Amino acid sequence: MAAPEKEMLRQTQLELKGDELLVVEDLQKYFPVTRGIIFQKEVASVKAVDGVSFAVREGETLGVVGESGCGKSTMARCIMKLLEPTAGSIKFRGQDITKLSRAEMRPFRREMMMIFQDPYASLNPRKRVGFIVAEALQVHKLGTEAEIKRRVQELLEVVGLNPEHYNRFPHEFSGGQRQRIGVARALAVNPKLIVCDEPVSALDVSVQAQILNLLKDLQRDFGLTYIFIAHDLNVVRHISDRVMVMYLGQVSETADRNDLYKEPKHPYTGALLSAVPVPDPTVGRHRKRIVLEGDVPSPINPPSGCRFHPRCPRFVEGHCDVEEPALIHRGGAVGHTAKCHYPLERWPMTEEEMARPGVASTAAETA
Amino acid sequence: MALLEVTDLKTYFRTDDGVVRAVDGVSFSVDKGQTLGIVGESGSGKSVTCLTIMGLNPKRTAMSSGTAMWKGEDLLTATPKRLREIRGSEIAMIFQDPMTSLNPVHKIGAQLAEAMRLHEDVSKKTARARALELLKAVGIPRAERRLDDYPHQFSGGMRQRVMIAMSLINNPDLLIADEPTTALDVTTQAQILTLIEKLQEEFGSAVIMITHDLGVVAEIADDVVVMYAAEVAEKGGVEQIFKKPHHPYTWGLMGSLPRLDADVERLVQIQGQPPSMLRPPTGCRFHPRCPYVMPICKEVDPALAPVSDDPGHLQSCHLDEETKNREAAKLLAGMMAEAS
Ligand SMILES: Nc1ncnc2c1ncn2[C@@H]1O[C@H](COP(=O)(O)OP(=O)(O)OP(=O)(O)O)[C@@H](O)[C@H]1O
Ligand SMILES: Nc1ncnc2c1ncn2[C@@H]1O[C@H](COP(=O)(O)OP(=O)(O)OP(=O)(O)O)[C@@H](O)[C@H]1O
Ligand code: SF4
Ligand SMILES: [Mg+2]
Ligand SMILES: [Mg+2]
Repeated sequence: MAAPEKEMLRQTQLELKGDELLVVEDLQKYFPVTRGIIFQKEVASVKAVDGVSFAVREGETLGVVGESGCGKSTMARCIMKLLEPTAGSIKFRGQDITKLSRAEMRPFRREMMMIFQDPYASLNPRKRVGFIVAEALQVHKLGTEAEIKRRVQELLEVVGLNPEHYNRFPHEFSGGQRQRIGVARALAVNPKLIVCDEPVSALDVSVQAQILNLLKDLQRDFGLTYIFIAHDLNVVRHISDRVMVMYLGQVSETADRNDLYKEPKHPYTGALLSAVPVPDPTVGRHRKRIVLEGDVPSPINPPSGCRFHPRCPRFVEGHCDVEEPALIHRGGAVGHTAKCHYPLERWPMTEEEMARPGVASTAAETA
Repeated sequence: MALLEVTDLKTYFRTDDGVVRAVDGVSFSVDKGQTLGIVGESGSGKSVTCLTIMGLNPKRTAMSSGTAMWKGEDLLTATPKRLREIRGSEIAMIFQDPMTSLNPVHKIGAQLAEAMRLHEDVSKKTARARALELLKAVGIPRAERRLDDYPHQFSGGMRQRVMIAMSLINNPDLLIADEPTTALDVTTQAQILTLIEKLQEEFGSAVIMITHDLGVVAEIADDVVVMYAAEVAEKGGVEQIFKKPHHPYTWGLMGSLPRLDADVERLVQIQGQPPSMLRPPTGCRFHPRCPYVMPICKEVDPALAPVSDDPGHLQSCHLDEETKNREAAKLLAGMMAEAS
């Protein structure tokens, strides 16, 4: 038992190698909750992101998954400096950008782009698509009028849109076409880092494959770095080198993608993996999901101890609800960390096995 | 009689560059208590099909024809007043883009209550209580505190769930759900699908579910329509489409799936580009991208025809059945091998 505890101290710190493109440390974003009509009084705060640390190396893809509302988009907006973080730091290529003003951020704007989750809300409804995609190129004066037009047409084509789409307005597109306009816009200025917030959720699997292949090709040829937020666990597995699982504003598990999918350690990750729909009508309908009981907790008053405890199938009273687990090294693999007192001993597991923490490992030890 | 029977539905849009054929002769029907899944390429006309049924296309640029018989009444010729009555009470729709249908300057609770009071003569208090009940059912934490929040204070998936709550508020006979769970994690998605199932059990409601998630279709649909370039490429029972797909586009779609259990560097994608809807390809609209293309495919538009020995299964492809059976079997064997 001594060994893992020693490791614990080391693993809670970020282990930096020096080639990280982006380092996020202890990021927090709280939104004030106000009441009152004339005098808005702050009565509480939504702890949307509550102490998130991670690093992304150049040329790497970090997948981010987690429950709806757990703070993924808020984190992404903080990294892009579209929201002012409440606390913590963001370093891009070694330079602290947390406190930079708008003007000081300008040189970084070209290097960091974002694909927004809500494509419609992020496209100017009064501008034609050719203009929207060309905008960043024009702002940074990257080419003549003719060159820019050619580049935009090429971008529309690589994301699977037609030349005929150049003159249309955003409302004249389908949901998935709008999403691809967002992708084309983000790629236009050859950024170094792209924060992709659900970039393929509105696409059929073939067009999705086209976009994912494109992102991978660009990464191979130009060393692009991605933070890839998505709910589709198959897609995340395909695109990511490492995956970070979030729960209620915090990181609950991180691992290399193979380790995460083969050997999840956190019960929340286990529940997620068990709920992935299977594209087979006979298998899918009889699959056993691990159902999460209880109400979804609120980021205004997060539960005591482990934030997952009210819904966790492994919950041990008097421990999980009292002491907050640390995000520490778990499992055999390097860089696999989980924030849980009773990590899963193996995978897959049934719901009954899940409910008996420690039993499987004791059995294995005596055998 | 089917609850909703759509026949030869067409919707064209005028744009600055010409006429876009968004929906070009689509037919299907849905019975009480049934779930119809619509899948197909991005831009193939799935959303416009449903918006046309609901009478929600932009009046200025859209032209529609065909019929959509709802309990014996044609929705395409119904008056705007009648459509307003039907919408939200008998037929409800969950829109693909939640922000386009939530009003950014009104509080969530007020919007939900309004949706109910529009169709039912209930007190504000009752409507608010029902709104709260539904927000809880779709898993919004501390729902009572969030009734007075604005849409921008919700996460993407929460807005989507507010939309879902709004669509269920009057227990509709038909629920049209356009990509209702794209912004949701899989556990929340499972919760929403269960909620929709409950609506069906309790009220015998029918559901049209548009989704790109073939896993969701496999789990909940009774029938499936596969769309490509504004037309129906194939339709049938869920087992027929998944176990014996008969159209090269469907094969391409299934072959592109990334899977939890398989490791590949590049995903398979259907070759070529999605077609122009200003000037759709001649003959079979899939022919420029089809690996099996024959001379006839470029000339003659294949009709939607029954598959022999498989009642209820329709497809529109010129390939002979032997080839189709062989290729379908090959594809499924490949998917099985990957999975093991
Ligand atoms: N108002 C409009 N004016 C012109 N063209 C339109 C309009 N609305 C949709 N379209 C076009 O009609 C076609 C069908 O659009 P629709 O929204 O039905 O696609 P979809 O199948 O729902 O796609 P997705 O899966 O991406 O949501 C698309 O090619 C789209 O560009
Ligand atoms: N402007 C805001 N004011 C108040 N609360 C907010 C605001 N923006 C986000 N929140 C809250 O912060 C939390 C995190 O939201 P966020 O959008 O980051 O979630 P998410 O993980 O991206 O979810 P999804 O998967 O549904 O998109 C949610 O509880 C949300 O209601
Ligand atoms: S710490 Fe306890 S409650 Fe939290 S995930 Fe682990 S077992 Fe579950
Ligand atoms: Mg989000
Ligand atoms: Mg659509």
